[in-house]
Amino acid sequence: MQHTLIALVENKPGVLNRVASLFRRRNFNIESLNVGQTEKPDISRMTIVLDNSSVDARKVEANLYKLVNVIDVQDVTNQAAVTRDLALIKVSATSDQRAEIANLASIFRARIVDVASDSVIVEITGTEDKIESLLELLRPMGILEMVRTGQVAMMRGTASGIRYAPGANGKHEQESVVN
Amino acid sequence: MTKKSGAEILWECMVREGVEVVFGLPGGAIMPVYDAMLNYPVHHVLVRHEQGAAHMADGYARASGKVGVAMATSGPGATNLVTGIATAMMDSSPIVCITGQVHSDLIGGDAFQEVDVTGITLPVTKHNFLVTRADEVAEVVREAFYIARSGRPGPVLIDICKNAQVEEVEYAFPEKVSLPGYQPPTHAPMEDIKKAIELIEQAERPVILAGHGVMMSGAMETLRHFATKTQTPVSMTLLGLGAFPASDPLSLGMMGMHGEAYSNLAIQNADLLLAFGMRFDDRVTGNMRTYATRAQKIHVEIDPSEVHKNVEVDVPLIGDLNTVLTDLIPLLDEYDHEGWLAQIEEWRNESKARDILSWSNDGKLYTAHVIHDIWEATNGEAIVTTGVGQHQMWSAQYYLFEKPNRLLTSGGAGTMGFGLPATIGAWFAKPDDEVWLIDGDGSFQMTQAELSTAIQEGANIKIAIMNNRFLGMVRQWQEFFFESRYAGTPLIGPDFVKIAEAHGIPAKRVSEPDEVRPAIEFARQTPGPVLIDFRVEKEEAVYPMVATGADLDNMIRRPIRDQLTAAD
Repeated sequence: MQHTLIALVENKPGVLNRVASLFRRRNFNIESLNVGQTEKPDISRMTIVLDNSSVDARKVEANLYKLVNVIDVQDVTNQAAVTRDLALIKVSATSDQRAEIANLASIFRARIVDVASDSVIVEITGTEDKIESLLELLRPMGILEMVRTGQVAMMRGTASGIRYAPGANGKHEQESVVN
Repeated sequence: MTKKSGAEILWECMVREGVEVVFGLPGGAIMPVYDAMLNYPVHHVLVRHEQGAAHMADGYARASGKVGVAMATSGPGATNLVTGIATAMMDSSPIVCITGQVHSDLIGGDAFQEVDVTGITLPVTKHNFLVTRADEVAEVVREAFYIARSGRPGPVLIDICKNAQVEEVEYAFPEKVSLPGYQPPTHAPMEDIKKAIELIEQAERPVILAGHGVMMSGAMETLRHFATKTQTPVSMTLLGLGAFPASDPLSLGMMGMHGEAYSNLAIQNADLLLAFGMRFDDRVTGNMRTYATRAQKIHVEIDPSEVHKNVEVDVPLIGDLNTVLTDLIPLLDEYDHEGWLAQIEEWRNESKARDILSWSNDGKLYTAHVIHDIWEATNGEAIVTTGVGQHQMWSAQYYLFEKPNRLLTSGGAGTMGFGLPATIGAWFAKPDDEVWLIDGDGSFQMTQAELSTAIQEGANIKIAIMNNRFLGMVRQWQEFFFESRYAGTPLIGPDFVKIAEAHGIPAKRVSEPDEVRPAIEFARQTPGPVLIDFRVEKEEAVYPMVATGADLDNMIRRPIRDQLTAAD
């Protein structure tokens, strides 16, 4: 089973390296890791997908909190959350196969974003399952290249905002200030 | 607002943090910092190798409870610190390392003496910083010292580019800095404390496992109150020795691979383990699958990532140990656990019969006897630093610590060569205390160059080398597990007395048991550094021993010899 964690980190040089180094050091295998901007310029957001059969998500969360630059970690696996992955798929296509691919794409609400004489590029956004299903159907035609962004996730409903790192056992307190 | 160079700001801030002494060795990329140092009330200790600087800062930190500071130049100066940083990391020792770095414009270009120090030290520091501008220095220093000493302490490294040392900027001491992602826990939630109380109420055979965290949290008195009120015996990790007085009847001494047999037996037969500031290292658990299977486990720990890491526990209490125990004690009833303590006493008496201290004088010089004599001569009050190996385990077994922060030893990393530099650092922290290095001939030679530092500083340290002409612990494993095939362990050392004398250090060699006490007194009465070369038995083994991966109560025990006369 997959586990999805959202980590908010300080937007500083080397923070991605700290997270990646932690995963290597503690032998945590990850399925995907996505990093990007947030609504606040000084904070970046990571979506981390783990295979729970090989990694204990509790341990990943606890270790992430050890990094000084990690502000908040939320395990959204069992929460109401929207998760999305984007894939670009280059499929081998002669002129008479294009229509079939276009047909499949429209069923999946995917788009054809490039057409060449012997191939097309399909862009699809969705959950992992949806992307896997389309891939399954395109595979017989010959997938020449594929790239995926990895999952991004967001909790449904009212914005939960940025919680600062937990003090005792998950109780989130105010931003810590050294006096 | 006044303008100051980055180097001056570094010293301004370090002095404000209470830094009085730094251990280091200068070089090109850190010269502006060294130059500025002369204008500040800070004593610089020149080491002979940067590894020594990190260990000295570590020894200083462990003995004083304050942050120790090591300094080195870029490149090889910085990489030489790494072993010392890793040692401090494994034992949660608060040190700050300052390293010079090439000009920020040259970073990434393989400039002379450029090494990616923040990259190299990333996994062995609690946090590290690369400073490329002078206006970053003040905040970084403030944050570094706070991170090093708070929560679960640890080493922090600041890599400062040469231009950031030289540039002048407006300076004001940052009264406040913000670390949004860093918030060490304090109190544990009351619902968890209540669960713990329930387990304590039900327990008939409880054991406290006291680790280094007891001392770092300053929880010695609270622990003693807890143990006395609930009549719960206290077993200690190597780094936990001193957390609870050895002379207290509830003390079970050290646990683990070379722990007391009665301590390990108590743990394996317990129905409740109270782990206080310890992390269930493989050296204390033995086979984790068979470890204390009958016991419920309460784990009081400040670092959430340590909970369930090696051993699954029933009630984690995440928080500062002293705070959690202080919250917990008023809710506890008193217990006596009479039957359980009587059972442990039986195991303890059986151990005494096997103890080498019960052997009569057979004319041979045993390390355990020498350490016992040092303990007696110093009233058990000295600060004792060790290297790593047999002498380290014997020091843990035979020097009985009454007070905290008296045994300074590399536990987690097991760094040979830690001893001599850590001893010098400890002496700077506690110049009025008696400071002894109990070292092995193998460990001592790894950082022997720091004898020059000791003499240059006039450090009043006493060096006792347990010289068995072997890398003794590896030799013991070869004897037990490799059919006594001594691969790479016989050691032909130098004449340590002459080495000491070449440094101007008074020294004696001891080969006979009746020379031991006069030599110890000679060392104690002679001011400044003194070295005693104890030519101990070559092929003694440390008992008891739990082989790697064996069950904790499956110990190789010392055979019972004569039980007729006690040594005293």
